[in-house]
Amino acid sequence: MKIEKLLNTMSIINHRKIFFVLSAALVLGSIFIMLGFGLNFGIDFKGGSSLEVSYASVRPDFDATKASLDSLNLGSYVLTPSGNLNYILKTRDITPAEKTTILGALSMDPANLAKEEQFNTLGPVVGTQLKNKALLAIAIVIICIVLFITFAFRKVSTPVASWKYGLATIIALAHDVIIPTGVFVTWSHFYGGQIDLLFVTALLAILGYSVHDTIVVFDRVRENLRVDSKGKETFSETVGKSVTQTFGRSINTSLTIFLALAALYFIGGESTRDFAFVLLVGVIVGTYSSIFVASPLLVTLEKLQK
Amino acid sequence: MLKHRVLSIFLILLAIGIGFFVYKTNKYPFRLGLDLNGGTELTYRADVSKIKSGSVVDAMSSLRDVIERRVNLFGVSEPVVQVENPGLISGTSENRLSVELPGVTDINQAVALIGKTPQLEFMLVRPEAQNLSQEELRNKTIAEVFVTTGLDGQYLDSARLDFTSSGGSQISGQPLVAITFNSEGRDLFAKITRDNVGKVLAIFLDGQMISSPVIRDAITDGKAQISGGFTVDEAKSLVRDLNYGALPVPVELISTQTIGASLGQDAKTSGVKAGVVGFALIVLFLILWYRLPGIVASLSLVIYIILSLAIFKLIPVTFTAAGIAGFILSIGMAVDANILIFERTKEELKRDKSVHDALHEGFSRAWLSIRDSNISSIITAVILFWLGTSAIKGFALTLGIGVLISMFTAITVSRTFLFAIVPKTESRFKKFLFSNGLHI
Repeated sequence: MKIEKLLNTMSIINHRKIFFVLSAALVLGSIFIMLGFGLNFGIDFKGGSSLEVSYASVRPDFDATKASLDSLNLGSYVLTPSGNLNYILKTRDITPAEKTTILGALSMDPANLAKEEQFNTLGPVVGTQLKNKALLAIAIVIICIVLFITFAFRKVSTPVASWKYGLATIIALAHDVIIPTGVFVTWSHFYGGQIDLLFVTALLAILGYSVHDTIVVFDRVRENLRVDSKGKETFSETVGKSVTQTFGRSINTSLTIFLALAALYFIGGESTRDFAFVLLVGVIVGTYSSIFVASPLLVTLEKLQK
Repeated sequence: MLKHRVLSIFLILLAIGIGFFVYKTNKYPFRLGLDLNGGTELTYRADVSKIKSGSVVDAMSSLRDVIERRVNLFGVSEPVVQVENPGLISGTSENRLSVELPGVTDINQAVALIGKTPQLEFMLVRPEAQNLSQEELRNKTIAEVFVTTGLDGQYLDSARLDFTSSGGSQISGQPLVAITFNSEGRDLFAKITRDNVGKVLAIFLDGQMISSPVIRDAITDGKAQISGGFTVDEAKSLVRDLNYGALPVPVELISTQTIGASLGQDAKTSGVKAGVVGFALIVLFLILWYRLPGIVASLSLVIYIILSLAIFKLIPVTFTAAGIAGFILSIGMAVDANILIFERTKEELKRDKSVHDALHEGFSRAWLSIRDSNISSIITAVILFWLGTSAIKGFALTLGIGVLISMFTAITVSRTFLFAIVPKTESRFKKFLFSNGLHI
């Protein structure tokens, strides 16, 4: 059974409008979800404190713990159970001395003391700065990659200018960043999860992977254009052929990365689970976009010239 | 072919040697980040408003040195003290200093350890207190007896241990602390001593008077001695505190992060477990799908992992949860190069080329796409490293190093192995071994 036979060389390119509509719907849906549910920033980006405690034998009653915390002057706070024996407390940014008081309040039973597992605190100004820094990092990565692609494809300026390869890549990139964010926001709305530095790291890794994947397909277009220098094929035929030729590789590479990430997701521990989840979504979307979005876009860009 | 075989054996032996080094050597341990090891990270904002703009960098690096020495004094193993410079790129206009203290989970202790600043002050006795008896002095506060001169530890250039020489009324061989002021301090000290000859200039350390010499003459060379009846050890520790103690710029704690040791241990074991399982799954897939070349790719992958770990040890790269994730991702990308080559080889085999020629074509034609896609990954890694905070930096570093090493292992090493085992004669079976997928 040959995948190439199942997929007629031209079927992806000819049906590109279907994929464009699907992708546009997913992107718009993700944006609506982000606006609707709101982005739940972690303390990395908005400041505040997070204290995780564990208990040796049994986690004390939720309401009793809340009552004990209410007696302190914490303002609004969020207390969530975590694992079997832990609580995570999120508050405004507190001083180390206040933390000691809170630990006391959490240890209502002297025989079952709260043990500090993790404590982070960040001023609100620092959080805003980190957020700007993360946005800047994403912007600079995108600009540099487009410049690089324009440079790498400078010799293939016919029939489509090399910067248009860059343009198609950016659109695919935006697609690959927005959809996983939308999925993550939906997931975190129901299961909890925050937009923090690790999330941004995951998005940046998706950017890297998505470009990597797109370049492999575009490279094949570049090669096929060179082989067919006399121009016997139309541009859309060349792109269709290139997509089909790289199809097996794209699927297999995604599969290996998928396997590694699935292992990270299922057994990699709590601290990288959300990270692995975002990356898993990103790898699927990234593979999809280089085949079904970026390459057909090249054809559309070529048709627009006429 | 013989050349390739000899080279293959050499590469395998080399990899085993490096693997042995990675496993055995204790001289270069793996460095684990706080999230895997437990510990505290403190971030300080430095107030440089009083520093001339040209010397901010110097002030920050001397601040770093002071805090590093102070942290070292307390015997924390492998602390990391770093200056984070402001600028458009880093997205902040503040000068920050981050301090990582592995193994320290008590923030209060850590903050105290860093914030400890010995306060050295020079004070003149008020004229009205000049003639009070010891008895009367005892009932007065410091402010009632002394008046501040404005001369304090920030004008100190250096302090050193010295001993009184013989002669005069002194007993020789007594330890004393000789201090030298910087140029501003020298002028101030000269002015104070010139205007107050015959008065008592008391020296206070952390609010305690340790010496009260009488000014005999104007001192213009900016040198002074503190003789407070010290033991040699007391004098030594005072010298240390004076030299290392005074922070060149005031600092304010803006963020803290503490991770308990058991939480770190969990993250570490599960991260490693995920790596092993992920690796096993990839190897299984490669061998089932790509057959003989799949075995070769798995072998290059093992060499890739050994080389990466050796480099992580030598640089050293600090492993964090994000760093492990970056490494796992780079394993996937390392395999991609081989997949590109093998898929290309398969295409060439279908055009009825010999196994040898098909492999040749596979490598040479896949090279361009491997090069360009990896350059884009490296660009991403460099920007992340440049912009990132410590967690993102760890990810960028493992990814970047991983991509670079994979260019060597997935191409050079795989190529050497494959050409070492490529058959001279063709047969259906041999073609089967070198082909892949569900069909031939």
